Amino acid sequence: MFGNLSDRLVETFKNLRSKGKLSPADIDATLREIRRALLEADVALDVVKAFVTAVRDRALGDEVSKALNPAQQVVQIVNEELVAILGGEQRKLSFAKKPPTVIMLAGLQGSGKTTLAGKLAKWLKDQGQTPLLVAADLQRPNAVNQLQVVGDRVGVSVFAPEPGNGVGNPVKVSKDSIKHATQKMFSVVIVDTAGRLGVDEEMMQQAIDIRKAIDPDEVLFVIDSMVGQDAVNVAKAFEDGVGITGVVLTKLDGDARGGAALSVASVTGKPIIFASNGEGMDAFEPFYPDRMASRILDMGDVLTLIEQTQKNFDESEARAMAEKLAKDTFTLEDFMDQMQQLRKMGSLKSMLAMMPGAGQMRAQLDQFDEREIDRTEAIIRSMTPAERRQPKILNGSRRSRIAKGSGMTVTDVNSLVNRFEQAAKMMKTVAKGGVPQLPGMPNMPGMGSFGSGKGKAKDKGKKSKSGNPAKRAAEEAARLSGQKTGDAAPDAGGSAFGIGN
Amino acid sequence: MAGILFWKKKRDAEPEAVLEVEPVAPVPELVVEPELVIEPELVVEPELVAVELPKRSARKGIRSLFSRIKFDPQNLDELEDILIQADFGVDTSLSIVDEVKARAKQSGAETEGELKAILAAVIAENLERADKALNLSDGKLPYVFLVVGVNGVGKTTTIGKLANWLTEGDWSVVIGAADTFRAAAVDQVATWAQRAGATLVGPKTEGQDPASVAFESVEAAIKQDSDIVIIDTAGRLQNKTDLMIELDKIRRVIEKQAAISEVLLVLDATTGQNGLAQAKAFADVAKVTGVVLTKLDGTAKGGIVFSIQRELGIPVKLVGVGEGINDFAFFDAKEFASGLVS
Repeated sequence: MFGNLSDRLVETFKNLRSKGKLSPADIDATLREIRRALLEADVALDVVKAFVTAVRDRALGDEVSKALNPAQQVVQIVNEELVAILGGEQRKLSFAKKPPTVIMLAGLQGSGKTTLAGKLAKWLKDQGQTPLLVAADLQRPNAVNQLQVVGDRVGVSVFAPEPGNGVGNPVKVSKDSIKHATQKMFSVVIVDTAGRLGVDEEMMQQAIDIRKAIDPDEVLFVIDSMVGQDAVNVAKAFEDGVGITGVVLTKLDGDARGGAALSVASVTGKPIIFASNGEGMDAFEPFYPDRMASRILDMGDVLTLIEQTQKNFDESEARAMAEKLAKDTFTLEDFMDQMQQLRKMGSLKSMLAMMPGAGQMRAQLDQFDEREIDRTEAIIRSMTPAERRQPKILNGSRRSRIAKGSGMTVTDVNSLVNRFEQAAKMMKTVAKGGVPQLPGMPNMPGMGSFGSGKGKAKDKGKKSKSGNPAKRAAEEAARLSGQKTGDAAPDAGGSAFGIGN
Repeated sequence: MAGILFWKKKRDAEPEAVLEVEPVAPVPELVVEPELVIEPELVVEPELVAVELPKRSARKGIRSLFSRIKFDPQNLDELEDILIQADFGVDTSLSIVDEVKARAKQSGAETEGELKAILAAVIAENLERADKALNLSDGKLPYVFLVVGVNGVGKTTTIGKLANWLTEGDWSVVIGAADTFRAAAVDQVATWAQRAGATLVGPKTEGQDPASVAFESVEAAIKQDSDIVIIDTAGRLQNKTDLMIELDKIRRVIEKQAAISEVLLVLDATTGQNGLAQAKAFADVAKVTGVVLTKLDGTAKGGIVFSIQRELGIPVKLVGVGEGINDFAFFDAKEFASGLVS
């Protein structure tokens, strides 16, 4: 594996960091990596080519920003362009002036139309609308039935005059549903149609007929975020066939990078309106172009992280910490201070999610329990100041008191003390310029490899990358933004208590 | 070529006679290979007959790589782009082109026809596998098929087609509706079971543990003396840890009663590079033995199966080419490759 885009870009620009101005060669080197990243994210080749050309033109013509290094300049342009395509015409669902608003769903088989119909209905209902679901998929076995169950679950009426499974005329059902909705005063009609292939002319004609019969305010093209290169062909077929007004991206809770979003948005020029991201009927939200751009590039939300890190990680505090370490006076109090420092940067989970490469560890992130930190804090706060400064004096009776005071068990207290000792040892090693072994943190299986696997040995010495991802990002940020970090000192000040290990 | 031979239980005109039949039976009209005659010590082992099942072709489902971009024998680098557009992936496409170039150089091939033949050969060789046939021949009845995959790839439809194909060959088929999660999934598979003439074992209560449905399905198949039980599972994204654990449980619970003959991963041909991640995760948890590539009747080429085969060694066994009950076929690497380059 080649690592994620940001890793590769750092590699590409290792020798160019000091340069302020972009040469065409720099740009091309960066764009090669970007092209690859986009293709690996399943962005369609033609879209990638057009995109890369546009970025290149802009990068060559752009003013040179002093604040950023060449890689960052290009990445920033890429990011802006991506967001522009994904959300250039970001808009909300449009409602009819005179109810009912009619929404037609169309897409390939298995893209998630029926489930989405339910989610959309619930979302609309929660906003005070009175939606009606229409079962116009009379093709797939029991699609009608499925919609009825979905409707039941979200408490929305379903118009299903035909049993389906090949029986009934979907055009007639759709047409009748509008009359029904008007009579019964439903404010929104959501028409669930059968899945169809772009190349199936007969079925595409049926979709066109349905559209003509109901004159929808929105024709939403539903597409699975795991779709590969074919997304362009499919999107084009639906755009040219039935004609679409917006896009819904489904199954975003998977780990696909979702390049299809970019393909569809650029080919059709239609906005992505919603993102569907889970099994529950609530797992549905408006589409955020910036998040999607980061996801496609697998860059993490680097820019945000840089800002937050700079704001919150107090440099003088870090220096004081480093001194302490060097003198071997790192105590549980410092341990807690560090934790709070990190806390200031926001929820750890969201911090970690912003990290480049987090794509690979989303699963672990989901399992990480933020409350673990609360528990650790509770234990430390149940200690006397003397105990915090000198953990050595913690005997059995003190430990049992602390356990009671913090509502934890003695085992928890023991494991914290052990972790602290390991951390202290490790930080001492770092302060002396060595490479630490990272202690594991409970509840975070597999994270050890994240911290320790990457670039450990080769970064030994002056560039010492912290094993802690949050800390490493802080360093990275400092380095990227051109700050001079003093040797290993701020490094050593990094949190070593194992969060993220 | 005639149909493909598989082994199933012999069913006599007298319906209940099956279990009583003595192990070494007279050879019926159909050819029985000698090594598959049951060993004498297994007294209750039923008699097996070789059955011919219709061979189906996916030819009509495979679209040429060169339907939109013409093949240019002068510019083999362009081939890389064409392969990328068929979801072969960046690295794989490059390595295929390198291989084609190397072979072309060696053999002095330069015409369109020659180069296409080399390309087809490279693709076919990489996809060809000795174990691509469905495991329906070891005689350990009932065969158990577990069908897995992410949401919306066509698991249920595949099961319907497979069941129908088997019942047409006079097999007795049980379908286990272990997708107890998605709304009306049980009804959907029930409709297919009815069309195919298979017995359905579904949950007794709503939201019943899928593993218990799977268990009961196998139990019923054994009790009814069926030839095969095909178990449908809920679609699950491979990064959902809890759902993958559930799948692992389903597999373990089935194995309490019978060995699993096939774990089929259903993969939508439109799937991009995430297909590899899917295959990895399902192979890990469910011990996938074969891939079913569905929806090949669309414009997608399903190039990701190439990487799946190469990196994980999982053969493609079946392809789906439409919504009709007969719209599927056994995967044939040569047919697939020649369809792609045609």
